[in-house]
Amino acid sequence: MTTTATPEKSRVTQARAFVADDRVRKLGGCLLAALVVALMTGPSGSLTSPTHGFRASLLSGRVVVFLVLGVALWGAIVGRDAIAPEVARASAVLRRFNVLRDSRSRYPAYAALLALAIVVPHLLSNFWQEVVVDQIGVYVLLAVGLNVVVGFAGLLDLGYIAFYAIGAYSSAYWTGSLPIKPPHHFNPFVSIIFAVLAAMVAGVILGAPTLRLRGDYLAIVTLGFGEIITIYANNLTSVTGGAQGPPKPVPHFSIDLFGIHYKWRLENLPYYYLLLVFVVVILVMFRCLENSRVGRAWTAIREDEVAAEASGVNTYKYKLMAFAIGASTSGFAGVLFASKIQAITPLSFLLQQSILVLVLVIFGGMGSLPGAVLGAAVIQWLPNGLRTYIKKEDLFLYLGALLVVMMIYRPQGVFPSRRRSRELAMAEAGMTTADAMSAPTAGEIQ
Amino acid sequence: MSAVAEPLAAQTPIADPIVTVDHITLRFGGVTSLSDVTLQQARGEILAVIGPNGAGKTSLFNSITGVYTPQEGSILFYPAGAPSTSVLGRKVHRVNKLGIARTFQNIRLFSALTAFENVKIGIESRQHTGPVGAMLRLPYMRREEREGDRRATELLDFVGLRARANELAASLPYGAQRRLEIARALGTQPQLLLLDEPAAGTNPVEKQELEALIRHINAEMGISILLIEHDMRLVMSVATRVVVLNFGKVIAEGRPTDVQRNPAVVEAYLGKPPDAPAEGGES
Repeated sequence: MTTTATPEKSRVTQARAFVADDRVRKLGGCLLAALVVALMTGPSGSLTSPTHGFRASLLSGRVVVFLVLGVALWGAIVGRDAIAPEVARASAVLRRFNVLRDSRSRYPAYAALLALAIVVPHLLSNFWQEVVVDQIGVYVLLAVGLNVVVGFAGLLDLGYIAFYAIGAYSSAYWTGSLPIKPPHHFNPFVSIIFAVLAAMVAGVILGAPTLRLRGDYLAIVTLGFGEIITIYANNLTSVTGGAQGPPKPVPHFSIDLFGIHYKWRLENLPYYYLLLVFVVVILVMFRCLENSRVGRAWTAIREDEVAAEASGVNTYKYKLMAFAIGASTSGFAGVLFASKIQAITPLSFLLQQSILVLVLVIFGGMGSLPGAVLGAAVIQWLPNGLRTYIKKEDLFLYLGALLVVMMIYRPQGVFPSRRRSRELAMAEAGMTTADAMSAPTAGEIQ
Repeated sequence: MSAVAEPLAAQTPIADPIVTVDHITLRFGGVTSLSDVTLQQARGEILAVIGPNGAGKTSLFNSITGVYTPQEGSILFYPAGAPSTSVLGRKVHRVNKLGIARTFQNIRLFSALTAFENVKIGIESRQHTGPVGAMLRLPYMRREEREGDRRATELLDFVGLRARANELAASLPYGAQRRLEIARALGTQPQLLLLDEPAAGTNPVEKQELEALIRHINAEMGISILLIEHDMRLVMSVATRVVVLNFGKVIAEGRPTDVQRNPAVVEAYLGKPPDAPAEGGES
């Protein structure tokens, strides 16, 4: 080591140390991600000017917004330790105002929410009414159903939307909209029974062999199942009508009973109230389920499958039950969707939708019914509320970023169930695993 | 069953057994965990299984509760007023329904649930409410729920945890967690209770409470108890009979005081004395 080389070397080591610094690296990563996002969401090039996309995205003022967002994300990641306690304190303060947790204020609060749910749609424009019915209402049902599978029983189902498709297509079949004709044409209300049964049977058929698998395997098998159903819907043209969907529109709901005649038409509000009734009934039923023998058995399975089994809980049966209940709810939502929108196509039942429903559940808080409703409302509102700022195809990009930030600061979701947040806290402290999914098998029972 | 030196092969059958383990051998690949193990437990008896670490005690428990299926031999359970049933090949929860409940060596409670809910899960495994009954809150479901609440309170009272019913299982002190696990097992209405090192990690006061609890379960509830324990004082005081395992084999059995003096047992625990005769040296 000579004296002349020392300043040179120290500068190199300094630079190395600077780059090696975790925070600097993370900043680099965030900025890179921001550039990629700017490029992906920006205008695309064309044959005549292939570099137009790069120039318009990276060399214009547009990139600044994304770089700022990147730095903000970096701040959120690096500042986690500093900010997290603040977030926790803020949520503790908010919890004091959480009227749903206190048993005395709970029922008035629910009544007020219900009144709000009855009145508010009247004040909305036609566009928003349609959003509330087609996108929020139906997805609330889906999220609440998936919540039973993922949140209550702790099973990861990535093909959940397949049951929604089965419900929609069953309804189309029994109302005579598909190329193959049913023995008798039914009112969509009656088709609910068949569709729910079909979805439940599909759930049991899929679950019976696969629920013996654990965690990752179950996710992969359900993923495959979802793909199979979509491909069938797309390619089995003689049965499903193929990519165009059923040739005849699925009829609207109608009642013709005991002198009452009513037909749901294109208007959104009648469908809204129908959905509201179903959602409230299902929420009440699932709440009862959660606090029953069945719900507790699910919690036991989620927490420690070995101990649950040793305490006499037939874990396989209860998992299958959760799967069947989730599938039927999904099928039920499918009927409502088909009847409302009339022209269904396989495009409504893609893997993306399965993941979207999962996002709703995770965002709202796994295992929490109010969370599932809130998750569906917020996440489904976002693309419509921000439609002037964000292109529709970029939505998942931002949703992904939102989830990343959520997982850093509030992994239990916005409105977590009490049991679930306890489990997460304990899993973080290394006391238990948070899921039946990751629990070790019989090998090390002591 | 009293003579220490009695050859093990010549065990006379017990008149009224609760469980008989007959020549079971359990292997994992090339490792033999249990080798030709035979033992019988009389109904109402407190039988202790002792032995050094790795002797196969927990493997024996796992075989009796259906977690492992031994390659050879048979395990028969004799429920009161019903014909004997083979345990082997049954799922764990089915074995539990037969009337065999257990606790775990490293406590396995549902830690994010309250003590009360933990016990209720055990009790509810004997109830019948299905998802439809639960969703609609049918009258019989509510009756079962009330019945479950009542029994859970009773059981928590029985193990001395009534005051802590609403605390999270994970927040309870170690000894209380052990007792809660016993309460959860009792909730499944067993006729045979398997306790895997219930005194491990508990303090002397808790040990005394545990001793009393084991006697109570045995005497008041009429439940037979199979006990794995390292704490010799506890074993000597509660067990009516002791079986000693070493390297997957039964090396001795008999009354606690006799077993204590058995040279094979002493050797298993302390090793061979350096200048003692090879076989049967009296210490």
